[in-house]
Amino acid sequence: MRHPIRHDPRSLTLLLAAGLSFGLPLMTAGGAQAEEPTLVKVGFVTFLTGPAAAPFGIPDHNAAEVLVDQLNAGKVPAPYNRIGLGGAKIDAKFIDEAGSAADVVTQFRNLVERDHVDVVVGYVSSGNCLAIAPVAEELKELTVLDICGTTRVFEERRHHYVFRVNPHATMDNVAAAKYVLDKFKDISVYSGINQNYAWGQDSWRDFRLAMKDLDAKATVDKELFPKLFAGEYGAEISTLLTSNAQFIHSSFYDGDLETFMYQAAARGLPQRVPFVLTAGETSLSRLGSKLPDGTIIGARGPHSFFAHDSELNRWFQKVYVDRFHEQPVYPSYDFAQSLFGLKAAWEKAQANKGGGRPTTEEVIVAFEGISFPTPSTTVQMVLGNGHQGISDMAIGTYKFNKAQNKPEIVDIVRYPAECVNPPVGVDSIAWLEGGMKGAKCD
Amino acid sequence: MLTAFAIVTDGLVYAAYLFLVAVGLTLIFGVMKILNVTHGSFYAFGAYGAAIAVGVYFDRGFPAAGGFLLMIVVAMAIGLVLGLVLERGLLRLVYGKDEVVVVLVTYAAFLILEDVIQLIWGANSYALYQPLGVAGTVDVGPLVLSGYDIGLVAFAGLLAVTASFALKRTRWGRLLAVVIFDRELAAAFGINVSLVYTITFVIGAMLGALGGAVMAPKIAVTLGIGVEVIVLAFAVVAIGGMGSVEGALLGALIVGECRAAAVHLAPQIELFVIYAVMALVLVLRPQGLFTRTQPRKI
Repeated sequence: MRHPIRHDPRSLTLLLAAGLSFGLPLMTAGGAQAEEPTLVKVGFVTFLTGPAAAPFGIPDHNAAEVLVDQLNAGKVPAPYNRIGLGGAKIDAKFIDEAGSAADVVTQFRNLVERDHVDVVVGYVSSGNCLAIAPVAEELKELTVLDICGTTRVFEERRHHYVFRVNPHATMDNVAAAKYVLDKFKDISVYSGINQNYAWGQDSWRDFRLAMKDLDAKATVDKELFPKLFAGEYGAEISTLLTSNAQFIHSSFYDGDLETFMYQAAARGLPQRVPFVLTAGETSLSRLGSKLPDGTIIGARGPHSFFAHDSELNRWFQKVYVDRFHEQPVYPSYDFAQSLFGLKAAWEKAQANKGGGRPTTEEVIVAFEGISFPTPSTTVQMVLGNGHQGISDMAIGTYKFNKAQNKPEIVDIVRYPAECVNPPVGVDSIAWLEGGMKGAKCD
Repeated sequence: MLTAFAIVTDGLVYAAYLFLVAVGLTLIFGVMKILNVTHGSFYAFGAYGAAIAVGVYFDRGFPAAGGFLLMIVVAMAIGLVLGLVLERGLLRLVYGKDEVVVVLVTYAAFLILEDVIQLIWGANSYALYQPLGVAGTVDVGPLVLSGYDIGLVAFAGLLAVTASFALKRTRWGRLLAVVIFDRELAAAFGINVSLVYTITFVIGAMLGALGGAVMAPKIAVTLGIGVEVIVLAFAVVAIGGMGSVEGALLGALIVGECRAAAVHLAPQIELFVIYAVMALVLVLRPQGLFTRTQPRKI
């Protein structure tokens, strides 16, 4: 009688173990050879909670969500029609920027050291950008700063791993000064109200210096710096009501801008003295008819209402509106510029090495000095040793369309990039203090 | 002269804002000895509730007076529910624990409630602008005062008088005074201390929500509004004396007037003024302006 074959469970286990030990690595290796570019892990950081979430974080995050999906599906128009970054799909990890600068730095370290992301893209707050940049250098992490506008990032120290595609605040304020002086003749006195931190102080300094260069007789009356998220602006509004300024400059944004304008409009301030809101575009849909016609509006670049007509812009507006049922605002455009800048550099580095996944160093070399199209304009990475972008700029005047119940911008004026940004190798303060020499405005 | 007038009026408006956000906090601390960080959440919930409910009310064209009444009713309802849930569901579990533990528990609840706000109302900001328009303006030379701000000062004054009267002249207020003086002694006299705690916390929560509701027309109601408020409220309560309504009023007036003067005369030091005043008061009178020095218990 033949004994039935007895299967020893231990033998089966050994067999499986052997199979797993030898077979799987072979399968994996074979798979890797078949599709060489796998995933690029990208950490995206923006405000998902807190007062900056509504005006910045959510439009920024929405743009990231829709663009990553579209890039991974290979549905973006040329020149960005390759899948993901150079054929490798983007594996996105979203992190909240809310919290102290120390918290933000800790989260950045976690992204790099724990999650091992290949690139970090993000940061809205100028304070956070200043805090992150040296840590990115320390950790040798390719980092593309997104919305923050302080000039100090690349002017106070040289960076190797850090880039910022979106232009800094000097451009906003030089263009605003030019626009104001063109629109209002015989300006002799003006005032400013800006938030008391890097962004507000830098914006006011640049605007004041640009005004001095362009019209030496115009003097400053009131300079107000309420703290961030102050909530109550009664004293500031009284001060501005009793000032004899012919216009008021402000780089306010988010809830602070909306709160200030509600309180100021209730007391007739913007109806009496026009405002120049260099970052006002992001709040227009919420302020609506509460913002008087005639307010001068900037969008930190030629974004949104100011965007050049192009296939890429029409596509971006369509995919964004289809998904979120609202128009993209300038933080969405800023994000698109950051991501397309990274993609352009990544794929240039890939082409330079004749294919394959580029190293961080290769991407950095390709990124420095690159020029690339975005949905709104063309960015040139020329400042900060090729790490800081410049673009043209546009400013316009607010008009609320009552018939269609929507905001509009009229009297748009465009300024070439070389007209409103310092020349290569010159810091913004030195350029402004030296009378904006080398500006090419024709 | 106009600047002096502007400093006084702006200081009063800012003081009204500070008092409205601080009065509930000081009441809860006075009775329960809890530094309640969730007070910022009460403020935020009150603001969101009012912005949504009163906004809908005005949009439908109902009479303006009803809108102001609805603002108060909504705040009371939100404060009642939140106060009850937090006190009965959470705080009673940590009574008797170290004060630091209790503060951390309220801080944890505050963070959770911030996320609850985002879950309920999303990340977008809300505006309740109609009451500002309805209240109109008063012109004083080139200065335009908001009718709503004048009403806010009157409302804060009325609240201060009512709270002071209720605490000093009513039976309930006297019971509270006993609990504030000595919890064990109050219990020995037959006072239901647990009930006093619950009612005090709920009233404090209602006052916090009321502060948010009446400020809603003046601000963009958005995520994080409770954070700034709680910092300011702590400063005001520390100046006036923890647990004193009169102290909160005086603290709010001092900070409000000093800040207004700084904005008009030396705007560079505006940020510094509030905390400089607090530091000065605490150096000279560490227990705050209105807290009686406690006898040492053996």
